[in-house]
Amino acid sequence: MSGHHAMPAGDRPGIGPPLWLLAELTYRCPLQCPYCSNPLDFAQSQQELTTEEWVRVLRQGREMGAAQLGFSGGEPLVRQDLPELISEARQLGYYTNLITSGLGLSEAKVTAFRDAGLDHIQVSFQASDPELNNAVAGSRKAFDQKLAMARAVKEAGYPMVLNFVIHRHNIHQMDDIISLCERLGADYVELATCQYYGWAFENREGLMPSKAQLEKAEAEVNSYRKRLTASGSAMKLIFVTPDYYEERPKACMNGWGSLFLTVAPDGTALPCHSARLLPIEFPNVRESSLHSIWYDSPGFNHYRGDSWMPEPCRSCDEKGKDFGGCRCQAYLLTGNADNADPVCSKSSHHDRILAARKAADHATAGLEELTYRNTDNSRLFFRG
Amino acid sequence: MAMSMEQVPRLRPGFRFQWEPAQNAHVLLYPEGMVRLNDSAGAVLKEVNGERSVADIVTRLEQQFPDAGSLENDVSDFLKDAEQQHWILFT
Repeated sequence: MSGHHAMPAGDRPGIGPPLWLLAELTYRCPLQCPYCSNPLDFAQSQQELTTEEWVRVLRQGREMGAAQLGFSGGEPLVRQDLPELISEARQLGYYTNLITSGLGLSEAKVTAFRDAGLDHIQVSFQASDPELNNAVAGSRKAFDQKLAMARAVKEAGYPMVLNFVIHRHNIHQMDDIISLCERLGADYVELATCQYYGWAFENREGLMPSKAQLEKAEAEVNSYRKRLTASGSAMKLIFVTPDYYEERPKACMNGWGSLFLTVAPDGTALPCHSARLLPIEFPNVRESSLHSIWYDSPGFNHYRGDSWMPEPCRSCDEKGKDFGGCRCQAYLLTGNADNADPVCSKSSHHDRILAARKAADHATAGLEELTYRNTDNSRLFFRG
Repeated sequence: MAMSMEQVPRLRPGFRFQWEPAQNAHVLLYPEGMVRLNDSAGAVLKEVNGERSVADIVTRLEQQFPDAGSLENDVSDFLKDAEQQHWILFT
């Protein structure tokens, strides 16, 4: 018995249900990480959805078959109605994940959320030591608070997932990071190299590791993994390497409008949390039901299937595997979201990837030269 | 390592087993992940409650599926696999 099945059919031929719902409750956040995936112009975002509006979204999503729910942001803890939303989501049958920086969390909240039915808390770190962590986060007290909250999460009996965003300034810390996670008793460790969207695209030159740095880090992770297996540890390491060093693009979001549905703080519904940067009109949950958004909206149908593909994707025998890669990356690097993801060596724009790799070999910028994600910097992006 | 029929499997903390009508299947949910189970895997995990031994589970499944013959090997193989995947633990 292998235990697995093919994916299910949805309400329209060829379109499955949105099994994953990401609820970005707010763009507000006490940290200023320069690789934040929120839009550059987040500070001009309109009014956040109300509690009632979120409850409606959760109900509609669950009815359509969504089973995994992420509460994210910004920092979701700044929403005062979080316990209410957790409780509603759990009663509906979602597996509820809270994705947090740990700032604003307390032992009392950790317990209260568990009582409300929260299944899992993922705490993000910026580095394995306080100096670097706090410099990246733009907050002096972040590291100690994160450590305390990771311990509280473990103490309360949650499964523990720790997330580290990896870039050229902390990629040398792999051993220290993993060993910290082991001491904290993590079940899963996500070592996620920056993906270059949002603020990370703006800061790409200052964040992207060189090929040599990446290879060294991969070797460290692999050897640590062997030690864990040998000692019978169940701690799982997930190392996400940057696609800029690949010759074929990633199957982004498992295909456009295939599994994932993100709802942004203002109710905009998106096929991924970066898609907002595309020149495509996306629907809003204030105006349409999630069902009509997912199955019938032009935004969600825009890149479904493969009839939209130009060459080299159109005639490529791998198009069913990677769906032409990432639309946001195609747009950011070529100016046209229809193009093949330039990560692909068949793309006529692949030289942009090669140039970024070359730049990473010679980059010298320090942390202080990055553009930090905060309201003042965000205003610069929409005031122009 | 051979699995004893007297061992008691339970779901790993943070894992949830439930029926999903939209997928017409049982699923196993865990932090940011989901496995859609086939009918036989679903039938076995449905009996895993942290109290029944492997032998109890085999007996119950053989009662539910009288035409299937002996299920001891199938059930043990699946539970071993599930333990290796860290879906379940044995007490």
